[in-house]
Formats: sequence, C-alpha cells, structure tokens
Amino acid sequence: MLSQQKKMMRSFSILFKTDNILAKEETLKAEASPFFIDLNLDQIIDTITAGKEEYNLKPFFFTALGDTASIKYRQEIMSDLENTILRRHIMSFAESMQAIRKQLSVIDKLYYKYHKERLFAETIKTYGETVISLENYLSIDDIKSSGLLFFRKYITDYVQSSAFISLFSEAKKIIAELSSIKYCLHIKDLSVQVFKYESEPDYGSEIEKVFARFKQNEVKDYRVGIAHPSDMNHIEAQILDGVARLFPDVFEHLDNFCTANQNFPDETIVAFDREIQFYISYLEYIEILKRNGLPFCYPEISDTSKEIYCNETFDLALAYQLVNRKSTVVTNDFYLKDKERIIVVSGPNQSGKTTFARTFGQIHFLASIGCPVPGSKAKLFLFDKLFSHFEKRENIKALQGNLESDLLRIHDILNHASSNSIIIMNEIFTSTTLQDALFLSKKILEKISRMDLLCVWVTFIDELASFNEKTVSMASTIVPENPSLRTFKIIRKPADGLAYALSIARKYQLTYEDLIKRINL
Amino acid sequence: MRAFLMYENEELAIQIRSCKSNYNSSLIQDLELDTLCNAMASGNEFLYKTTRSALLSGLNNPIDVILYRQEVLKDCLNNHLAVRKMYNIAVEAIESKNKHWWIASGRFPSSILFNSVSTLKELMTFLQQIKNLAGEHAGKFTSKGFIRFFEVLKKELDDEYFNSVQHHLKELEFRDGILLSAMLGKGNKGTYYTVRKPLNKKRWLERLFKKKSDVFSFRVSDRDIAGTKALGEIKDEGINSIANTVAQSTDHIINFFTKFREELAFYIGCLNLYDLLIQINEPVVFPVPAEKNERIHSFQGLYDVCLTLTMKQKITGNDASLNAKNLVIITGANKGGKTTFLRSIGLAQLMMQCGMFVAAESYTANICDSLFTHFRREEDRTMESGKLDEELKRMNEIVDHITPNSLLLFNESFAATNEREGSEIARQIISALFERGIRIFFVTHLIEFANHFSGTQGVCFLRADRQPDGTRTYKLIEGKPLQTSFGEDLYYKIFTRE
Repeated sequence: MLSQQKKMMRSFSILFKTDNILAKEETLKAEASPFFIDLNLDQIIDTITAGKEEYNLKPFFFTALGDTASIKYRQEIMSDLENTILRRHIMSFAESMQAIRKQLSVIDKLYYKYHKERLFAETIKTYGETVISLENYLSIDDIKSSGLLFFRKYITDYVQSSAFISLFSEAKKIIAELSSIKYCLHIKDLSVQVFKYESEPDYGSEIEKVFARFKQNEVKDYRVGIAHPSDMNHIEAQILDGVARLFPDVFEHLDNFCTANQNFPDETIVAFDREIQFYISYLEYIEILKRNGLPFCYPEISDTSKEIYCNETFDLALAYQLVNRKSTVVTNDFYLKDKERIIVVSGPNQSGKTTFARTFGQIHFLASIGCPVPGSKAKLFLFDKLFSHFEKRENIKALQGNLESDLLRIHDILNHASSNSIIIMNEIFTSTTLQDALFLSKKILEKISRMDLLCVWVTFIDELASFNEKTVSMASTIVPENPSLRTFKIIRKPADGLAYALSIARKYQLTYEDLIKRINL
Repeated sequence: MRAFLMYENEELAIQIRSCKSNYNSSLIQDLELDTLCNAMASGNEFLYKTTRSALLSGLNNPIDVILYRQEVLKDCLNNHLAVRKMYNIAVEAIESKNKHWWIASGRFPSSILFNSVSTLKELMTFLQQIKNLAGEHAGKFTSKGFIRFFEVLKKELDDEYFNSVQHHLKELEFRDGILLSAMLGKGNKGTYYTVRKPLNKKRWLERLFKKKSDVFSFRVSDRDIAGTKALGEIKDEGINSIANTVAQSTDHIINFFTKFREELAFYIGCLNLYDLLIQINEPVVFPVPAEKNERIHSFQGLYDVCLTLTMKQKITGNDASLNAKNLVIITGANKGGKTTFLRSIGLAQLMMQCGMFVAAESYTANICDSLFTHFRREEDRTMESGKLDEELKRMNEIVDHITPNSLLLFNESFAATNEREGSEIARQIISALFERGIRIFFVTHLIEFANHFSGTQGVCFLRADRQPDGTRTYKLIEGKPLQTSFGEDLYYKIFTRE
C-alpha cells in the first residue's frame, strides 16, 4: 500500500516526458511484438537486459513510444549518457544501489540484534555516500537534456535537506566509534575469555622472521580464504555480547539510531536507479561496436515524410556476434526518395540479403523507443505498426499448407496495416513454382504499392526488382578478382545472377608477390 | 639453493623460456616426435613431458646453451649410476609431500599447520641424503653445471640451520591455548584476528583469573557441535597466516626438489635413449652447432631415430654435404626413404638444438630459430578442392610466423590439385621463400616445379635411389629428378604378385 501511494506521488520519470507517469506505465507491454523474433530483436534485447533482470527492463524495450516528442526526450538523455565519464558514474551509483538493496534484504533475515543494527547503520552510510557522489558527478558533468537537468536539481535539493544531512553524519559517527574498539580472546580447548587489549606483541611476524630463510620464488598462498558469512553464529554473538558489556555507551547509541531511521531511501531516486538502466544497458551493449569503429546515430524521426535513408547501417544482433568473434562487420546504405517505397533485395545465398532486411526493421524499431541506431546518419519514419513475414524453413515439406499459411498471414498483415506501417518480407513463396511465386508476388506488391506502405522485400525472383515506380532494386556485390569472397555489401543496382569461382592462393596471400611483401625480414 | 643443469643461470633460463618457441603444431606429428619422447620417457609421464618440452623449446637456445648441456650430458653418461640415484631421491621427496598433503584438504589452517610441520620433518631427511651423495661423488664430475651445484649444497645446508627449524616447529603446538586480538568489523563481526604472544605468561594468566569484572568468560558445551566448529573457525582465522608461513616453507623445499628433478629429467631421458640405441648398435654423436646466420649442414650416417626405435634394428643412414644450399629438393621412388630422410633432418635439428647427441656418425649444422613442417595430409581425399584450401591455409599460418633463419620441411605439398596448378603454386611460394633466404627441404613429385630450380645456385637435388633391378637402397644420392616417380614399381610389385 505504502509503495503504491508513493508511486502515485512521484512526478518525475527519466523515461517518460509526462506528468502522469502511472498512466504511461500502464501502457507498457509485457510481451515482445511478433516481429521481434524475425528481426532478431529478441536476441538484442535479451543480451542487453542479461544480468539486469532485477530492473525488469524488458517492457521498456518492448514498447514503442508513438510520438516524436517522447522519442526526442529519450534521445537527448541517451546522448548525454554517451559521455562515458557520466555513464561510469551512473553505473557506479547503480552498483551501490544494488548492493544496498541486497544488504537490506540480508539484514531482514538476520537474528542477532547488534549484528543487524551495525549492518543497518553501514547500509545507511553507503546510501548517503552513494547519493552524495551521484549528486557530485551530476553537478560536474556536462548535461544538456531536460530529463537529466530536472533530475540534477531534484537530487541537489535532496542532498541539501537537513533530514538527509543528519541521517548521513550520524551513521558515520556511530560506525567510527564501533570500529575503534579493540579486544582480546583467550581460547583454550572450549573455554573462552573476552577482555580489553593491552598491547601484546604479534606472534605471527616473529614466526615469519624465523622461516624467512627458506624463501625462494613465489609459492602458493596457503592462507585459507576464510568465508565470512554475513550472518553471525552463536559463538560470535556471545563474544559480541561480551564486547558490548565492555563498551556499553557505544552500543546504546547504535540502538537508538537504527530505531529512528527504518524507512530511509528516497522514492524518486530509487525509480531513477531503475529507469536509467534502460539507457545504460543499451549504451553498454553498443559500446564494443563503437570501439570497433561502427557508427551509431540519432535518427531524425518524421511522422509525415517517407523519404527515409540510413548511411553505413548494419544488423545490430549480427554485428554484436561478429565483433565478439573479432570478425569485421559490413555496413550498408539505403535511401528512398520521391515515390520510392519498396526495396527489393536480390542476390546469391549467404550474401547478406536477410541481414539487410533485418537491419531495416531493427533500426526503425530501435528509433521508435528513442535509441541511437546503427548508421552514421539517418532519417526514419515514425511507423504505427511493424510487420514481418519470414519463411519458416522447417515447414518446407508441407507444400500446400505452407503456401496457404503464407497467404493467410500476408492477408492478415495487409488487413491490419495502415499507410503508416512497415512490412518486411523475407523469401516468401520459395516453396512453390516460380510461375506461382511470380504471380502471387506481383499481386501482393500491387497491394502494398497501392497502400503506399514502406516495405523491404527479399526475393530470388529478379523480375520483382523492377516492378514499378515504387520499387527500388538492391543486390549483393562481388569482387571480380576474388569471386569466392562474400562482400555482404548490398547496393542499388539491377538484379543479376552471377556465379562464383575459386581463387584460393590469392585468398591466403600466397602468391609470389604477396609473399615477397609478407616476408620482409 | 638451485641446480642449474639446463641453463647456466636463472636470467638466461627466464630470458630463453620467455621466447615463444617457433614451430607449427603439426610438426610433432610429422616428425613422429612421440616415438622419440616415449623412448626417452621409458614409460614415465613426467620424463615424457619434460623431454618433449626440452626438444620443442630447443629452437631458442643459443650455441652456449647447447654446449653447456652437452657437457652436463657427458657427465651424466660417465656417472650414470650416481645421477640416477640423485634423481630418485628427488622423486621420493616430492612424493613424500603428496603422502602428507592429501590429508590437508586445505580448508583449515589448523590442519595445514599440522601437516606442514610433519612434512617439514621428513623433507629434512631427504635434504640430508642429497647432501651426502654430493659429498661422495663430487670429484668425478667435470661439467660447470654439476660442479657448481655441489658447491651450493655444501654451503647452504649447514647443521645449525637444521636445529633452528626443529625448535620452532615445537613452539607452534600452542599448548597453553591461543591468545588472539580482534576488532569489530562489518556487522560487528570479529575481524583482524591476530595471534599474540603474552608479555609475561605467568603474570598474564593471574590477571585473567583475578579481575573478573573486566573479563567476560564462557565455555562451549561438549555437545555443542556447531559451537565447537565456530570456535575452531575463530582460532583458524587467527593462525591462518602462521600456517601459511610454515606451509610455504615446505613448498620452498619441495620446489627445490621439483626444480632439481626438472633439471635432471632431460638428462635421464637422454640416458634412457642412449641405452636403447646402444642395444641396437646405432651410433650417436655430439653434433657441432654453427651460428644461425651461417649456412652449414653436413653429416654422415644420419638416420631417422624414430624409425630405428620403431623397427628395433639398425637402418641405413645418409651422407650429404649441403653447405650453402638453401633449397634441397628431394625426388625419386616412392617408399625410397624420402620422408624418412626429411624426418631425420628435422629430428637431428631439434635434438642438436636442445643439447642432445644426434642420430648420426657425424653431424654439423647451423642452428635455426624456427622449424616448420608442411606435410601432405592423407585424410580427406574426397574433397580435393577443400584439401588444397586446407594446405594453403596451413602454409599461410606458417608464413605468419616465419623468421629469417627458419627451416621448412615440405613433404608432397600442394599436390592436391593437378600437376600444372600444383607446380605453379609451389613455384610461387618456394621462389619467394628461397629469395628471402629461408632454408627449405622439399620432397615432391611435382617435376615441373623441381625443374624450375634446375641450375639455380644454392639449390641441391637429392634423389631416392634404386638399383637397376628395381630394389631400393633407401639411400639418397645427389641427382636431378627423373621424369617418372616409380609408381610403376609399386604397380608391378603388387600386380605381379598375383
């Protein structure tokens, strides 16, 4: 109940440019849209959110924003956070907040009073340090977005409030008092005595001197990694009780402080901690790609013009895999101008056609949630709905059924699509005769043209590439000197059907000229 | 306290070991190095590993190291009984630790301390044995390596040292209980447990019993198993670093024995191999190494030591003088000893460079800084194009690692396509390598390729010989390739048999 009330009172969100945050939160999708799997967006989002399950970020990634102002709000914040120093600071803030949450739940399950209280005081101290350092970072760093500027003001006011100041200083004082206590134990068989320490000398260092003569190279460290469970056993508790009797004032102070500060964390800061992870996790994900020289940009988003383009773009899911395998990533450009709406992609197998289609869909979706997209410069369309239809290879046996379900699915898509939708078609009708496929494809292309939809159509049928004024032909390229090389480059050009041949020695740079250059000893 | 039998000093050992040895992984298989290592190991896994790594890392050794080891090896051959005895003491000492150590699961400082103390006691006796043996045989060794080792033993292992260790081992039994200091750490749990020494034991015990108000006492019940364990943990945390000090000391001594065994293992391997070859009556000789930038290579009676070991009989050796020849092209009859010869070249080079004797009557060669083999693979016959691709891929990897004084051994390379293409690929590759001064042995049936180098200076042609009646001598002679590769020999041998 309490948290519900507080949520309603919260008037600021780093994710949504609105006063009614609760209403926004209710529109969040719990499930991914159907096209996620075809476009490999599921992989992307899974990787982005991996290890961040506690923040429950997926709904933010599943839900398109729907208006350009909201997208701009996020783009600005994201752009601020590209500053790696700022991001590192927020990440260290997040780590601390995570530790605090974990610590509080641990304390809940513990038993001995002075043990719990000390941990609680330490947690408050950590919280105080965490908030203060975030406030410090934010006041130093160059911030331009309205979202982060608002939050900066909020946190500054909070840190300067008297409630916060006294909470923090009191916690520090109590911990310092406890840490200065030093005591002795004498253990013989099963009896234990606890008393104050009176400067008895260290025996370990004496032994070390005696055995120093053996020393040679580095050897194994035999110190046992003593597990220090956060809970306390009854022997430690009995000893602690003894220490508390030796130092009664310090322990009374601790007790009073904890009772007074049961509900210390601030709700807006807690919410910020979760929501900012949307930006952080995305930027972390693309970091390795950027370091490998791959460009990202904030696309201009239009809800009216379908004259779109993107330079040097690439499939994000694939690039992530390639870069982690140290392979190179091929980028592609595309644009549509005037009446052009439909990109027809053709070329040999394994030449990057499907990847191109996915890329087109991915960047549009990513733009719709306010993320920077793969590419050096882009203008994209604010779609209302995105549809994909990828051939399901495993169904290839059921010829008739497959064709029928293909058509049913396409019919369904066209029924739900508006002129502001995007459709991605990948190798459909491969299971039927060429004649059938040609006929059906033309019919559907006609419909898509009439609806003025934006569309990418991957096909093996060359004829579709020059279907009408709305279609643009793009095809994969080859290197004439080395036909075995897959360029994965898709460019505007008429469809053709080139074959590939081998030239292996060149591939391995083992010709005479290559070697003379390579062996330069 | 260390034996330096493989390298003259630690700096040199570190410096040479830090260089990555430059050879390709298929070399081991191509030269059948396992056969050699197995013979040297005589069934012992440790010897196998050590000799194998000595052979493979030899490519980094400068000539001084080779000669240093030759000296030590000569000492070993002359005093083989004493050397084997020392080796066995080291092995026993190392095993004695395992005997005590398995009890110390490593989880409790108290058990680590207990086990370290008993291990230390036993290790002292092995140190004594080595010291005695060295004293007894010192006069019979002449190599720098052994002479210095014996001097070190004498100096470092004095009696005073033995006594002081015994005394302190007793102190560590803590018969009057253990005194710890501590502080309150995170969550008010005790931390910084440190073993303390009472200032004055008697006065201190009195104080504990008199001033009751300042002392809070309790006793853990005998039946409280968890409590006993918890108390043990506190004690353990206190003695953690002391246990570490003592355990590390046993490690230092074990390290001495381990290092000693490592240093000696290579020579024990050489002794084992020597014994086997003597039985078959095969000759061995200490080779004469030349600097790597020279091009010296001549030998008599060079045989494939692995083939001898496998056949368990004496085999035909080859003679050749290949000084200033960078490219040696070997052609001729199938099963005429070409591969065997190629292998004997590679093995002799490896054995020489790690300081061993070699399998020949005489042998001199410049050392090389890397050794690569490129042998045709028999498997995968179906995918001919894939095979050429695979061969070129391997070649590409070799080129990536090539050094100025490399030695490359090719066996029927680039034949996975038709002869014209194969010859052309081979010609391009070998011409470039040859021009760059790389040393190459190339066994081939690609006549077009071979003829291309006919008359070129620095190239030597060897041919697998056969008698006029068709029988093979398994001896290579100097000679240009003949146009056929004697496949028909094999044909008639097989088909006329029926």
